[in-house]
Amino acid sequence: MKKHAITLTVNGEERDLIVPSNRTLLDALRDDLGYTDTKYGCGTGECGACTILVDGMTTINGCLTLAATMNGKSITTAAGLARNGHLHPVQEAFIENDAIQCGFCTPGMVLKTISLLDENPRPTEAEIRHGLEGNICRCTGYTKIVEAVQDASRRITGSNVSAIGE
Amino acid sequence: MAEDVAFKHIEKTSLIGKRIKKPDAPAKAIGKTRYINDMVLPQMLYGKILHAGRPHAEIISIDTSEAEKLAGVHLVITAKDTPDLKLGFVKDNAPLKSKVLCERDEVAAVAAESEAIAAAAIKLIKVSYKDLPGVFSAKDGLKKDAPQIQENFPGNKSLKFKFKHGDLAEAEAGSDIILDHVFNVHYVTHCCMGTSCAIADFDHNGKLTIYSQTQYPYNYKMDLAPALGIDPGDIRVIQPTTGGSFGAKLDVYPYEPVAAILAQKTGRPVKVLFDREEEFINSPTRQPAAIHLRTGCTSDGILTFRSADVLMDNGAYTSWGPTVPVIMMRTVSGHYRVPVIDFKAQAVYSNNAYAGSFRGYGNVQMTYATAQHMDMFAEELSEKHGMDPIEFHLKNAQKSGEVTPQKSYLRECVLAECLTTAAAASDYVNKHKTYTEACTEEGRYKRGIGLASSIHNAGGAKIHKSDGCGTILKMDDYARVTVITGASEIGQGIDAVISQIVSEELGVPPEHVTLVNNDSDIGPWDVGVHASRTTFIAGNGAKRAAIKAKKQILAAASKQANVTAEELDLRGGYVVQDKDGAAVIRLDRMLRQMHFQPTPDVVMVSDYYEPNSELEGKDHISDHSAAYSHAVHIAEVVVDTYTGEVKVEKVTMAQDVGRVINRMGLEAQMEGGLAFGLGFALSEEMIFEEGRLLNPSFRDYKVPTAPEMPEIEMHFIESDCEEGPYGAKGIAELPTIVIAPAIANAVYNATGIRFLNPPMSPEKVARAIWEKKQADS
Ligand code: FES
Ligand code: FES
Repeated sequence: MKKHAITLTVNGEERDLIVPSNRTLLDALRDDLGYTDTKYGCGTGECGACTILVDGMTTINGCLTLAATMNGKSITTAAGLARNGHLHPVQEAFIENDAIQCGFCTPGMVLKTISLLDENPRPTEAEIRHGLEGNICRCTGYTKIVEAVQDASRRITGSNVSAIGE
Repeated sequence: MAEDVAFKHIEKTSLIGKRIKKPDAPAKAIGKTRYINDMVLPQMLYGKILHAGRPHAEIISIDTSEAEKLAGVHLVITAKDTPDLKLGFVKDNAPLKSKVLCERDEVAAVAAESEAIAAAAIKLIKVSYKDLPGVFSAKDGLKKDAPQIQENFPGNKSLKFKFKHGDLAEAEAGSDIILDHVFNVHYVTHCCMGTSCAIADFDHNGKLTIYSQTQYPYNYKMDLAPALGIDPGDIRVIQPTTGGSFGAKLDVYPYEPVAAILAQKTGRPVKVLFDREEEFINSPTRQPAAIHLRTGCTSDGILTFRSADVLMDNGAYTSWGPTVPVIMMRTVSGHYRVPVIDFKAQAVYSNNAYAGSFRGYGNVQMTYATAQHMDMFAEELSEKHGMDPIEFHLKNAQKSGEVTPQKSYLRECVLAECLTTAAAASDYVNKHKTYTEACTEEGRYKRGIGLASSIHNAGGAKIHKSDGCGTILKMDDYARVTVITGASEIGQGIDAVISQIVSEELGVPPEHVTLVNNDSDIGPWDVGVHASRTTFIAGNGAKRAAIKAKKQILAAASKQANVTAEELDLRGGYVVQDKDGAAVIRLDRMLRQMHFQPTPDVVMVSDYYEPNSELEGKDHISDHSAAYSHAVHIAEVVVDTYTGEVKVEKVTMAQDVGRVINRMGLEAQMEGGLAFGLGFALSEEMIFEEGRLLNPSFRDYKVPTAPEMPEIEMHFIESDCEEGPYGAKGIAELPTIVIAPAIANAVYNATGIRFLNPPMSPEKVARAIWEKKQADS
């Protein structure tokens, strides 16, 4: 199979790698580069566990994206959100509100929330629920996740931190 | 007096009932937690299993030669390479099969350098099968000419249970109303977000280390060892963080011994990890059941009898699934007083998928039936005799001190409070009446409200010789505490509860408590995470260990301070005078003084807590739990009569929690449990056709997502359980159990249609509404 030499910037670090055409971004991140904070939940774009941020604020499903198409892109995973030793306000909100049980969905949920709040910093509850529709959580029943997003919205809009926390 | 304690007073405060953050949350939020799915060991190979993909067949031949030739393949194994030792509740399952009895059957396995090579190798294995006629329902399995599935079980009869109490004929004769329905409870599955995984690694002495998602590490060894021909003592179980479990990992399933056999034979660590489709097909399900329920009642609204005849499709093998009647026979009553009971259950082998344990264990199925009968009675009694529905429930509600026919001793029973609280908070009676009247009016959207309740064990379940849990607690020279407990953390939050309890007793911040509970070579024994037992049992163990440590410290401090130990307390990192909180000495100093003296006095204590429940006998009738708890859910729904969509708008729940320990964790367990029940009620269903699963994906198997979840109002009723830690009871299963029939009753209130066969999916609801219209016109 054809191989491609690509460069990805992951959480601010430039990484070169060679991937076959059919390698998903999820596998490249997890298996080739060791970013295991991006999770595999279904591999078919239905659960959101593999959600990542591309070039700032757009989320994509790593499992549906071919790594070879991502040459030159900048990618943020949950592990790349902290700034100067401080967690991202969305991460803080998830912890404070007990929105995390097994935590398997959490990286994807956190990243989805960041992009959601970037588009709509003061979402209604219905907008939050709708925005998270593509991210499955089997543990929490979503109540505490929705509360965490509301709390994060307050933290971000109240303190004028940009959603990416820079 | 040392400077740092001069004039320092520390008031007595308590963490119990407070909102405590989970200690493992930050690492999970930043993606630092290493799940078993993420783990790679040096030299590790990837194992992959070839599943039969057909329900019933003889295996004529298996040709593995092409697969073996593929570069990067280390080993291919089939049934002939594995010991013929068996897995499962009646030892009817093998790691690899020589005959196919269901779609998931493991036929061969490969160990290779990469996942991709392993997957390619699997495709190169050529198996020739001779398909056999299959059995695809319990009913068919009982037919005279049905093919026999398991050699040792003639007539396809698997497990069987019965319980009888009182004179049924007499009770029937004394009943004014008798209800008689068959409820068909369907197949659902756990859908843990982290798919199934095991990593096996043998050392030079033949000792196996298995990284596992198991919920019961100690007995797991006993179940796994025979499949490998090794001694259980030569197995070390390590439990890395896992992406959910919910009962799914309460047994050994074939992929685990397969990983171990591959590792044993290759001499390399081997990881088996399912993809999502494999997870759907090859994981245990909830036990499906046809429940023929008959209940009698007098015109005064007093229940007279209940009979339940349960027929269960066992599937091809016997894991925990077909044992659920043990709980069904107990929860068929016990929330409402039923004097006469006749319970039977029979499991029948088929070529379908097989069930395991699943949050709500048997009671999800049983309560779906019983709570609808209660609703039917309430309706009839209100129509014919003007009886208030809540009054009907209250008349029959069990009370504190009662012992049920199944010998459940309801020491503290607050079902009546749960009923009145939930009914008042939701304005149940008025709304129910209004919606009943509106039911027959024209209009697309119909509102309904429905009530359901149940009982569940809340202090473990003594189904093994011990229902206990060991705890070892040590304190270091800096007043940091390490608690080694047998209780596993599977995302349910026991680490937070134990830190909180220990910090309550020892007056140290919860952050200063470290939990060690993921290595069977280190931890003391525990029976496992099931039966809503962990907070109760492990919590009690941790509390007792902490109290021992506290006594030891206060005894030492009392000598120094020249007061009795009873006059001292531990608060805020200090030894203080109990009466006024005056600090005596900093706790870390005290510990160092105890340690560094001619006769060192180091804090290292242990405890084994065994609840005061009774071991279940062969008939399963005993006071098997140290506590029982009740819950009431009231669901409010809107039914779109055009699309059949049921939207649950609000759920009001009232549950006996004994006592709140971690309020935030408790809410989280309630909400999560409710989501399971809601999915079961409305959308989740494994669809099988001749033993093959037709919908093995999240696209076609619909678990609840954020928009579907209702507003939830929770009322925690504190019955103060005498035996529970600080009065707490186990809570995690009732939220899953009670919601589905509450929704079914609400849908009835809205539409006038009973749904005896869940799920109430849009197609089914729309069709039923259309059929009713046809019939009415
Ligand atoms: S793993 Fe990508 S959406 Fe599920
Ligand atoms: S916390 Fe377990 S899946 Fe969301």
